[in-house]
Amino acid sequence: MSAMLELDAISAGYGETEILHGIDLHVERGEIVVIIGPNGAGKTTAMKAIFGLLNITAGAIRLAGEEITNTPPQQVVTRGVAFVPQSANVFVSLTVEENLEMGAYVSRDDPAPRIEEIFELFPPLREKRRQAAGLLSGGQRQMVAMGKALMLHPKILLLDEPTAGLSPKYRSEIFRIVQDINAAGATILMVEQNAKQALMVAHRGYVLVDGENRHSGTGRALLDDDEVARMFLGASGGASGKNDGNGGRPA
Amino acid sequence: MMAFLNFYLIPGVVLGCIYALGAIGISLTFGILRFSNFAHGDTMTLGVYITLSLVQFSGLHPLLVAPLAMVLTTGIVLGLDRTFYKPFRTSPAIMLVIASFGLMLMIRSVIQFFWGVQLQALQTGIQMPLEALLPVRFSENHLLIIGATVLLMMAVHLVLTRTKIGKAMRATSDNPELAALTGIDTEVVIRATWAMGASLAVAAGVFLGLDTHVETMMGFKLLLPMFAAAILGGIGKPYGAVAGGLVIGIAEELSAYPWIGTTPLLSPGYKGGVAFAIMVAMLIWKPQGLFRGRQF
Amino acid sequence: MEQYYGYFLYLLSLLTMGGIYAVLTLGLNVQWGFTGLFNAGIAGFFAVGAYVQAILTTPIYARHLGGYEWPIPLAMLAAMALSAVVGYGVAKICIRLRADYLAIATIGIAEIIRLVFKNEGWATNGPRGISQIPKAFEDLPQPWNTLAFVAMVLAIVMVIYLALERARTAPWGRVMTAIRENEAAAAAAGKNVERFRLESFVIGSALMGLGGALMAQYLKQIDPQVSDPLTATFLVFVMLIAGGSANNKGAILGAMLMWTVWSATEILTSRLPDEFAIRSAYVRIFLIGLILQFILQRRPQGILPERRPKPHPRLRGDRAPAANTGSTKQ
Ligand SMILES: Nc1ncnc2c1ncn2[C@@H]1O[C@H](COP(=O)(O)OP(=O)(O)O)[C@@H](O)[C@H]1O
Ligand SMILES: [Mg+2]
Repeated sequence: MSAMLELDAISAGYGETEILHGIDLHVERGEIVVIIGPNGAGKTTAMKAIFGLLNITAGAIRLAGEEITNTPPQQVVTRGVAFVPQSANVFVSLTVEENLEMGAYVSRDDPAPRIEEIFELFPPLREKRRQAAGLLSGGQRQMVAMGKALMLHPKILLLDEPTAGLSPKYRSEIFRIVQDINAAGATILMVEQNAKQALMVAHRGYVLVDGENRHSGTGRALLDDDEVARMFLGASGGASGKNDGNGGRPA
Repeated sequence: MMAFLNFYLIPGVVLGCIYALGAIGISLTFGILRFSNFAHGDTMTLGVYITLSLVQFSGLHPLLVAPLAMVLTTGIVLGLDRTFYKPFRTSPAIMLVIASFGLMLMIRSVIQFFWGVQLQALQTGIQMPLEALLPVRFSENHLLIIGATVLLMMAVHLVLTRTKIGKAMRATSDNPELAALTGIDTEVVIRATWAMGASLAVAAGVFLGLDTHVETMMGFKLLLPMFAAAILGGIGKPYGAVAGGLVIGIAEELSAYPWIGTTPLLSPGYKGGVAFAIMVAMLIWKPQGLFRGRQF
Repeated sequence: MEQYYGYFLYLLSLLTMGGIYAVLTLGLNVQWGFTGLFNAGIAGFFAVGAYVQAILTTPIYARHLGGYEWPIPLAMLAAMALSAVVGYGVAKICIRLRADYLAIATIGIAEIIRLVFKNEGWATNGPRGISQIPKAFEDLPQPWNTLAFVAMVLAIVMVIYLALERARTAPWGRVMTAIRENEAAAAAAGKNVERFRLESFVIGSALMGLGGALMAQYLKQIDPQVSDPLTATFLVFVMLIAGGSANNKGAILGAMLMWTVWSATEILTSRLPDEFAIRSAYVRIFLIGLILQFILQRRPQGILPERRPKPHPRLRGDRAPAANTGSTKQ
């Protein structure tokens, strides 16, 4: 069976400037896959390329075996991909409920039942349902953004640094939710700066540097890799000793 | 006191209603298509002339044929959008501004060509103040204008908050990139925006025509006050535009009231400058408008 | 022979009006072409120049301010100066605003200026306007007076052209280009962006004032409607965009060309039956609008595209060479 999402030697960029120089990546059904890499490596660019937001000059992107290279965003959404950008990812002047409703824009069904389900997943949002999303805390906004993306049961959810700028409490909360929605069947591709925590929840990970693949492997393997540890985990030597027992998943 | 009410405040509110309806379109276009539509005033004029022809053709009351004029004007505006604005969807906003600047004169010249430049009237006969309300001088038209404006505002509110397309319009105004990512069809949103803006402009123009007369520069003369109202209310904020319109309309009329002594505070010849002065003051001190609209 | 003489005079009038419009177009080129400042109130600055010229040079007349009888060249300088002062005031307030707002604000200014000239009858004779404005060289015999006036206008155009070309290739012009294209980078390179824009707006306004002063002389009379303010503004914009924004030769070419088109269509339409002739004036405006839309969509760089000076050394490395009228994608 084909991968849920597959990037095959993708080159893409903004205008004349090429940012991604032939990257390969695949996400299998039911996986959490994490992309880590230094600032400016092209992680966000890769997500935008999947979503049809910039011109792909070479390579192919396949969703469950079907090619979606250079498909416009609206059709990508219709085909079951949802993207939560890193910032400005909620409609600030719309209420929480309206934000969720917009998440189901391409569907003709009544969104109300699904909104209730989303509130089950993110209980703090229920009592704020009539509040403008712009008035919520950072963590709650992130919940709205993710809830909005989950409205149509996407085949795959793309998250760009979902924990950036959040307090440690919310950060763990978001990672827990990511695992929950994954357990409920969603496939997830996520970019993360909090590499250690991310690799602990991930099945597999990729390291992207300067628009090229640098490493890839299971979350555990990357955590144990010396170079990865040096570059991203801020630790001298592997982080392997500390990641036992908690949320880390068996590969 | 009665004079103040009858000759300044009531006309100010009526004018404010007209500005408010016009300004909603400016504000929406700015929020969703992201440019200042200079052709908005002349779109209004076009709608009024269409109404005029429908009145002459059918003999019905202008307000009865106005809905049809709204539909026709919307159709024309959608055609103009396709031809003159759509090619610039991803261009810098100034291209659209120039295109609308050109369109403003093109629409006007078409109107002048077909209907001529002489003053015309939507209604014959003189409006008398309603007996029952004296000494407050309210003409039937004033009541109709204010009542219809309130109804239209309520309709706008319901569309924007209760319908899917209305919410999508607000979402797109809020964050167009995210709207595209969410799967919102921006072209549909844009069409809805034109339809709403043009319909309200036609309504505003017909009200103005009922209150005064019909002439080919009427829309252009409203352009500045409408912009001022939209800026005052915070660009991209339709409710702000309504408040802004009322403020500007009332301020314009009150500027000629003899506040000090017996002569008008401001010579009526400069009434048209009031909106501009308010607008410039806002741009300097509070460019985000009274209701925290988008700031540039 | 008679007939050729008529053509000759017509040609001179084309050159004169084209030249006056070229002055306006060059002024707009400084603002819009070089700096990206959208001035939709050209008619206002133009009117300031025209009225200053009229008031300072006309003989005494009971119905308006006057009787100063200044020499014509001095009055022209004063016209430029006052227009520049108005431009300074506008720029001081509006220059930081995004292009749309500047457009609205300048349209508003032009409208206010028109109101002032219309309402302050003691100074301007209100809607009736000012007539008998002295014109340079008018004491010479025909056709030398006309020829001399054309020569003066064209010489002024030439001088402005040379000066602006100097400015364009000088550091000042290069900074201007940099600001238009990447304001952030220019500011980061330590350029006082606001001051440069202000200078550019003031220079442009002064030139528009000069255009007004020339027009007042040429027509010998002005009123608050000095050739329908919006049409004038619009025409100048079309001239610049057609000729080529940010290209001084283009600005002049556009002015001459579009004026010829404008004037030729007038001749054509004036031969039509009366009822139709009046209305066909509107067809002309419509056609000019259509030309504008066509150029915008098909050839936004105009007939003569911008020739860019070498980038300013300290600003090199900017991305995306994109003219302000070009089809930049975000
Ligand atoms: N809109 C854009 N236009 C041009 N270049 C961009 C744009 N966005 C990002 N870049 C460039 O692309 C490169 C990769 O950026 P990005 O994908 O955002 O990195 P990351 O998400 O890994 O931090 C950077 O060098 C950045 O400067
Ligand atoms: Mg990023």
